[in-house]
Amino acid sequence: MSVNPAIQGRVFPAVPPYLVGREKVREFSRAVFATNPINFDPDAARAAGHSDIVAPPTFAVVVQEATLAQLLAEPDAGIDFTRVVHGDQRFSYSRPIVAGDELTATLRVASVKSLGGHSMVTAESTIVDATGAHVVTATSTLVVRGDE
Amino acid sequence: MTTSAPVTPSLESLTVGDIVAESSFPLTRDSLVRYAGASGDFNPIHYRDDVAHAVGLPGVLAHGMLTMGLAIQPVVDWVGDSARVLDYQVRFTRPVPVDPDLGAVVTVIAKVGALDADAGVARIDLTVTFNSVTVLGKAQARVSLV
Repeated sequence: MSVNPAIQGRVFPAVPPYLVGREKVREFSRAVFATNPINFDPDAARAAGHSDIVAPPTFAVVVQEATLAQLLAEPDAGIDFTRVVHGDQRFSYSRPIVAGDELTATLRVASVKSLGGHSMVTAESTIVDATGAHVVTATSTLVVRGDE
Repeated sequence: MTTSAPVTPSLESLTVGDIVAESSFPLTRDSLVRYAGASGDFNPIHYRDDVAHAVGLPGVLAHGMLTMGLAIQPVVDWVGDSARVLDYQVRFTRPVPVDPDLGAVVTVIAKVGALDADAGVARIDLTVTFNSVTVLGKAQARVSLV
């Protein structure tokens, strides 16, 4: 089974809101070897003008994850999880993620392309805050290997 | 203890090609388990050799997103605030196998790739290597220096 090209342009329902916890940001920060005090210390973050500790640049993947799970589970998408390799990743921020944010992510399939028997699916997850304002767009290109 | 606020580098002081940061990150299997828990990515190829071998891999690999996540840290330390990273992208070109005994050392060199004086933004290009082989392609961050 190959990827269904008709999913290009499909917009999925928004996933339930993700509440960014301070300890989760600290845990993620330690895991990616962050050492900056604004990732750990609320006083340092406030001194730098943020309302609470700031998440590292790749933290948005934690929020994006539920949207990718939707895509992989889509019955007619034809994406075989065991053949998926993460090809590219991008984060484009309007503002940083801080502890206390309530974020909602919505995935859109930006493109489906075929390349030498493989399919490349680009999924764009738009992440907004509780007011609806854009925070970050997380874009993943998944390479789905074709049949041998 | 008090720490002084980090000083943001000025765009005017930079030239394309300048190395602004470099660092090495020794990864162990523990690092991968820690990242799995922190990120929620529990794909077993990142902690079980038997599963990795069954899908044709040489052994347990680091999460690509862990490599991406640590590779930006020298840039964050250089600019002083992770909020200055406006945009960050990578291509995952080669895996990083993490030996159970020896681990793996990932090395990052951050260079000025382009300067946009009007926007106050620098493009920083990252060279990320393991065993002298590049593991991330087109690894670029746009950072605000205003």
